[in-house]
Amino acid sequence: MMESATKIADGQRHSLQHPDAKPDEIMTIAASRLLEDGKVLFAGIGQPLVAAAIAKRRQAPQLTVLLEGGMIGVELAPGELPASTNEVRAAIGAQMFTGATDIFLMAQRGYFDYGFIGVAQVDQYGNVNTSVVGDIAKPRVRLPGPGGANDIASMCNQVVVVTQHEPRRFVEHVDFVTSPGFLTGGTSRRDSGLLYGGPRWVVTDLALLDFAPDSHRMRLRALQPGVTVDKVQAATGFELLVHEDVDVLAPVTDDELALLRHLVGASEDDNEEAAG
Amino acid sequence: MNARLATLGVSAARTELESRDRPNREKLTSATEAVHRLVRDGAVIGVGGTNHARTPMALLIEVLRQGRTGLTLARPLSCFEAELFLAAGMADRVMTSWVGIGHGWGLAPVLRHLVETGQATFEEWSHLGIGLRYKAGAMGVPYLPTMSMLGSDIDRRLELAKVTCPYTGQQLNAVPSLNPDVALLHVQRADTLGNAQIDGYELMDSDLALAARSVILSAEEIVATGELRRDPGRTVIPGFAVDAVVHQPMGAYPHECYGHYEADIAEFSAYMQAVKSGGVDGARAYVSALVAHPDHDAYLASIDPARLSAVRRTAEEMLRQ
Repeated sequence: MMESATKIADGQRHSLQHPDAKPDEIMTIAASRLLEDGKVLFAGIGQPLVAAAIAKRRQAPQLTVLLEGGMIGVELAPGELPASTNEVRAAIGAQMFTGATDIFLMAQRGYFDYGFIGVAQVDQYGNVNTSVVGDIAKPRVRLPGPGGANDIASMCNQVVVVTQHEPRRFVEHVDFVTSPGFLTGGTSRRDSGLLYGGPRWVVTDLALLDFAPDSHRMRLRALQPGVTVDKVQAATGFELLVHEDVDVLAPVTDDELALLRHLVGASEDDNEEAAG
Repeated sequence: MNARLATLGVSAARTELESRDRPNREKLTSATEAVHRLVRDGAVIGVGGTNHARTPMALLIEVLRQGRTGLTLARPLSCFEAELFLAAGMADRVMTSWVGIGHGWGLAPVLRHLVETGQATFEEWSHLGIGLRYKAGAMGVPYLPTMSMLGSDIDRRLELAKVTCPYTGQQLNAVPSLNPDVALLHVQRADTLGNAQIDGYELMDSDLALAARSVILSAEEIVATGELRRDPGRTVIPGFAVDAVVHQPMGAYPHECYGHYEADIAEFSAYMQAVKSGGVDGARAYVSALVAHPDHDAYLASIDPARLSAVRRTAEEMLRQ
């Protein structure tokens, strides 16, 4: 349904990415292009918020962006990237503040078209780990935990995972299912009681991936310009399905890159410093 | 079901409420007295605000100053205040969906060390999971049904009980209520009876206040009840749920209080620098320096006034955007 509405590629076989675009910029811009006008997006801090802000200034001016702090209809102020979903910079332009529990209950009600999440690990069924590296009982690395991601993954209509494409992130089995994807594939998500939604897209610096019908295994859908199928597979720690008609995404444009950098802040390095 | 989830039930919390004398009286007191009276060893503390928004820092630092043992800190998203209690050995458990310093600061170093070495427990919930625990507690029901956490290892690890909807047969998670022993909250304005108004985002604070067995509230401003009557729709915590009111300007510092001041990032850096150079001992040294100030006003007086005015100015500018 969404695939026909969302034009993911321009039908051309691009071989060159924009020479100045950095990996995180490539994936933020690719994510921004998936967002349709008039929809509601549950965003997180960092790339999701920037992707949403780019979309709002391009194809989706009526995109409603909300954050887990209960801020609805926020507008990212250029150069004022928030450091948290619960702070004054994340509240700029809001048309409504509601409670943090209430905002998740709206997600459960089904109001939110998109939910953006990041990962430490993701597996072939789109299950996401942001809790631990190693055994939960005695973790090698204790990570921050889900924040809002478990609820976003459980309740938003379409979950968009945005992450750098590296073997250590794309693993056969996540060490801990923090935020559920399609669990063990097939009908297992639905059988667990998660009746709605699920991962729709995985956006990376190398590719755009989706999930095959029925099996719900991750599938290569389109390549970033200049990237080969082999390169994507080599950066993935499990066997990817490959769509029969793999597209090539359009390169990042000058306009998109300029807009992204304007939003992130004129002095980008300073801004990253301020955000931590 | 997991035995740890069998906390003091809502019926016990209700019985306690009914047996308690709750006159509509003046509750204005000092942080020292309120914490001395209401925060006990082994308490589950519901920490108001979220991440670095409206954290009741003055009250938390007073708990650190007086010293307690065996605390559990419950909070939807936790920032470095949780690390201070873990490092000081006063808390050994956090009940939360997230612990971090803020986006871009990296992982919470003290939490990492103590959890990875088995010295502290990270009881992991979804964000909504924490919210529904408070909401159930505030509603006086023993659990609430939700899709949150279904199918995840969070669910498996907590051993959440399932319920079947009697009308549709839908399977849902039963999230148990939580009635924290004490809630610590910081708000923009309150009267001396504890009626409180929150500007900006309320987060989970009114549910937490109603759920908790006792409530200490600090406020940027103490106003006459008549002033609240001018806009009663903005009052989100009723005085009858509050046990102590503390007047504390900049009571969330170094965290933010919407409309008054933003977070002081320089102080986050100072904390992270202490930990970077000294590990958990560095965090302990940071806590020692913090509690060496006799009270929050003395702590604020130790901060460069230019920094304090900068965070106030930015908060005002942000509201105009």
